Amino acid sequence: MRTVRIGAGAGYSGDRIDPAIELARSGHISYLVFECLAERTIALAQLSKRIDPQTGYDPLLAERMEAVLPICHRNHIRIVSNMGAANPVAAAVRTREIARKLGLDGLRIAAVTGDDVLELVRTLKPAIVDDETTVESLGDQILSANAYLGVEPLLEALATGADVILTGRIADPSLFLAPLIHEFSWPLDDWPLLGQGTVIGHLLECAGQLTGGYFADPGYKDVPNLARLGFPIAEVSEDGRAMVTKVAGSGGLITAATCKEQLLYEIMDPAAYFTPDVVADFTGVEILEQAPDRVRVSGGSGRQRPSSLKVSIGQQDGFVGEGQISYAGPGALARAQLSREILAERLREHRFQDLRFDLIGVSSIHGEELSRMRSEPYEVRLRAAARASSRQLASLIPREVEALYTNGPAGGGGVSGSVRETIAIFSTLLPRELIAHHVHLEVT
Amino acid sequence: MLLREIAHTRTGDKGRILTISLIAYRDRDYALLEKEVTAEKVSAYFGSLIDRPAARYALPKLAALNFVLHRPASQGVTRSLAVDTHGKCLGSALLNLEI
Repeated sequence: MRTVRIGAGAGYSGDRIDPAIELARSGHISYLVFECLAERTIALAQLSKRIDPQTGYDPLLAERMEAVLPICHRNHIRIVSNMGAANPVAAAVRTREIARKLGLDGLRIAAVTGDDVLELVRTLKPAIVDDETTVESLGDQILSANAYLGVEPLLEALATGADVILTGRIADPSLFLAPLIHEFSWPLDDWPLLGQGTVIGHLLECAGQLTGGYFADPGYKDVPNLARLGFPIAEVSEDGRAMVTKVAGSGGLITAATCKEQLLYEIMDPAAYFTPDVVADFTGVEILEQAPDRVRVSGGSGRQRPSSLKVSIGQQDGFVGEGQISYAGPGALARAQLSREILAERLREHRFQDLRFDLIGVSSIHGEELSRMRSEPYEVRLRAAARASSRQLASLIPREVEALYTNGPAGGGGVSGSVRETIAIFSTLLPRELIAHHVHLEVT
Repeated sequence: MLLREIAHTRTGDKGRILTISLIAYRDRDYALLEKEVTAEKVSAYFGSLIDRPAARYALPKLAALNFVLHRPASQGVTRSLAVDTHGKCLGSALLNLEI
């Protein structure tokens, strides 16, 4: 039976680049997929595009392309990625320039657009999912609205013979499912097959999280050589069954346990995982270790795709100010608590939307209840954080924390502080027939 | 016995939703997980860190349970002031559950 090998070159925007180079060089793959677009990333990219219309794509696009384009060209590997972010056409133009500079002739680079539905959302004002707010009340603070597209535009781009495909918002598993449909001519309404293909895409979309990343727990779950973690490859048969593996000699490991953890990662009802292509069912999935770092995955299924597409809306949400200061030695906790009281009193009169104090090393992660103290810590770091409507008000937090050096308890050290602009994300749904996609081609 | 001795977890986040998968190291311990780690017990364990009862999905073929937790409005990944804005550390807390 015919098989195709797909590699995952990135699991998020800032991911390591060397594992992708390793996959392109030694993975014997036909497709290299880079998933780089988190929910907030596209809103930030939209902000950057407003300031400079030639930007708005992934900040590591050029570095990644320079690293992998020559190898992929030599080894006939097609690249699929959502690194286009808020500006896929500019990303394609930039990639063409890089390819020219590298002397790669005849390279075809496709840009997929159509996910930007901001105007449509402003016009139709669809209801926000799981929140009381409305599109009207968000008003001018809306930065972006992007629909999760499915495999169709990717299939169109693959049919043009594109070597590189750059998109904005596309459902993550669709980036992997599209090459499979293209290679095997799977019918677009064979829901069980698309469900199994979605299982494969879901396993690969976070790259290193399948091969031992986000997994190690020394003494319980040991993982070799995380410093050189290899990224995953799926060797998929025409009938949808897959073997997941990685480059021999790379770090990390693939076992039934790593696959199970990633299969259920960010999944709600495992019998109904919604994507634009299918409602996938993970409950019948079988995971079988066949050899070291070789795990068989089969049994994914699915039902008819949803009639609506999910849209992610990014909104400007004010500012967060933060400050930290450390105390150590005898009485560290009492001094940190005294600092907290001082800050609480001084900040009380200001109109913060939300104000929070944490004792790092004591109870900052899970709260007082779950982190019942077993003994007095040797060192404690006090953290204050607040949400404010203006940068000026938010900056009061790092200033007040810093002032504890000379005005607070004894021996405060290592102050750090920051103010950042924040973006909130809301979801809505739009009927899929209202959303049109386009494929734009650049050739070297 | 602590849950950590027989199972491992992975935490995922989607806005205000947190997911924790709980997977038996050995298939034969799955029945124990299914019996002991109920949605009620998990809800009580996380207390005020969640604002709705936990939902539990069973995956006997994988010897795994999947929990879906709902965080308070101020604690969603994009709005939280917490150190761990995503809530990614929460799955590790579940391993401390006594069964």
